[in-house]
Amino acid sequence: MNRHSATAEFEPVAESPSQPPAPGLPRLLEGVPAQGAMSLRAHLDTHGELPPVPRRDRRAGAALIDQIEQAGLDGRGGAGFPMARKMRTVAAGRGRPIVVVNATEGEPASLKDRTLLETLPHLVLDGAALAARAIGADEAIVCVCESASVGSERLAAAIAEREHLPGRWPQIVLNTAPPGYVAGHESALVNHLNGGPGKPTFSPPMPFERGVRRRPTLVNNAETVAHLALIARHGSRWFRELGLADQPGSTLVTLSGPLAYPGVYEVEYGASLASLLDAAGGTTARVRAALFGGYAGTWVDGACLPRLALSDAHLAPHRASLGAGVVLLLSEQACPVAETARATRWLAGESAGQCGPCVHGLAALAHALEQVCHGRTQGDAMARVEQLAMLISRRGACAHPDGAVRFATSASEVFAEELADHARYGACDACARQSELPLPIRRSVITAAEPVSPMREDRTIQLP
Amino acid sequence: MSERLRLNPIACEAHGMCAELLPERIVLDEWGYPIVDERPLSPELVSHAQRAAQACPTFALLVERRRA
Repeated sequence: MNRHSATAEFEPVAESPSQPPAPGLPRLLEGVPAQGAMSLRAHLDTHGELPPVPRRDRRAGAALIDQIEQAGLDGRGGAGFPMARKMRTVAAGRGRPIVVVNATEGEPASLKDRTLLETLPHLVLDGAALAARAIGADEAIVCVCESASVGSERLAAAIAEREHLPGRWPQIVLNTAPPGYVAGHESALVNHLNGGPGKPTFSPPMPFERGVRRRPTLVNNAETVAHLALIARHGSRWFRELGLADQPGSTLVTLSGPLAYPGVYEVEYGASLASLLDAAGGTTARVRAALFGGYAGTWVDGACLPRLALSDAHLAPHRASLGAGVVLLLSEQACPVAETARATRWLAGESAGQCGPCVHGLAALAHALEQVCHGRTQGDAMARVEQLAMLISRRGACAHPDGAVRFATSASEVFAEELADHARYGACDACARQSELPLPIRRSVITAAEPVSPMREDRTIQLP
Repeated sequence: MSERLRLNPIACEAHGMCAELLPERIVLDEWGYPIVDERPLSPELVSHAQRAAQACPTFALLVERRRA
């Protein structure tokens, strides 16, 4: 996948990046280097100096939060919670607050946070510093998945580069979080930072009430704080020049599937999906459906895509949302039943293994879909999927089972015909095709205790 | 004031005591885990609910008091 891809320029972009900033796109991805990370000097040349916020100055902090509220910045991690409201709650909490920037990005179909870390680390660090200053925190922890080694190296280098910046507070610390889909869940991250396993905890108390070291903790996605870095420089009016009244600004979208140039694009909320696909060089195959919001998201039928726009208001009639900005196209050559069954099995394996309904329910859901895929069904297989969905929903400590259920039920609606065909006639020719949906190899597969044949050994890839 | 049941799904190990003691509000799913009705408890059920919570070997069932 093309990670350092260009931005989708839906509006003409002015030639020079000097002040005042050009009204159009790109914003976050302005001057993104083709290779390596943007240096501190290049970063400051592109975006200008970071506006100073005096230490322990409550009024200046509150003014920054007001600015974010006027800008209408919502979280970019998937839940879309208004950032200003979260900041106010944390700032008013008991004890000195602490900031956590969540760049773990456990969603396999998303690459936007990794792209920010690897190419524009100073934007994330600016945002982390500003968030901390606004709420009066003296420490910001940036969490990166331990498997994202390039991202964490470049972030560490960027932190070192900032040693000589004036007004060096708060302290910014890099932390590596364990891999896994649910490890990036807010409470799991806080659990990990408190020395526990990277698994979700029973809440309340929520992290914003009592989080890292029992302090009120502001957990924000890396892209969210990167937007903050630009809002603090250019103001809320500038931010609202793009996007919609109820969803202002721009957002990063990880676009993948049968496209000439899949990759990470910056789009304006409300831009048409068609214009994004154009920017990506167009589709290379007919599209059966698109998955919005990642593996906890929703399928939308290919027939609906030409008229679709990229905003939560436009996606709501399809019961979809952009989530963490994932748009994944599935071609007509793929078997949607096999793809859904595989992804559901993967989701079941990603359960933290803590809550009974998630452990047993997701395994049963995956099993039911696999049975349909192979045509080995007894009775009404789809009724079983529906029954399991009802049984699992809202019974876990975190939202993982609900996300998996949303994924599976939307698949059963959009791919109803294919599912009925499989239930009746068994596997199709396309079932054996290589998976189009990007899924990491499950850990349980790697550790499976099966005898290794010489042939398999030959295929082993040597890691340096 | 009204009392409600709440379940900590992480602590729950499907012992099933709660469903024995409070079948009015708790049924078990096909794997033995409780499905809890979280609507406010009627006054005559409160003491039964508290007994069910105390009987849970992992303290996963909670009777929460909330302002109505």
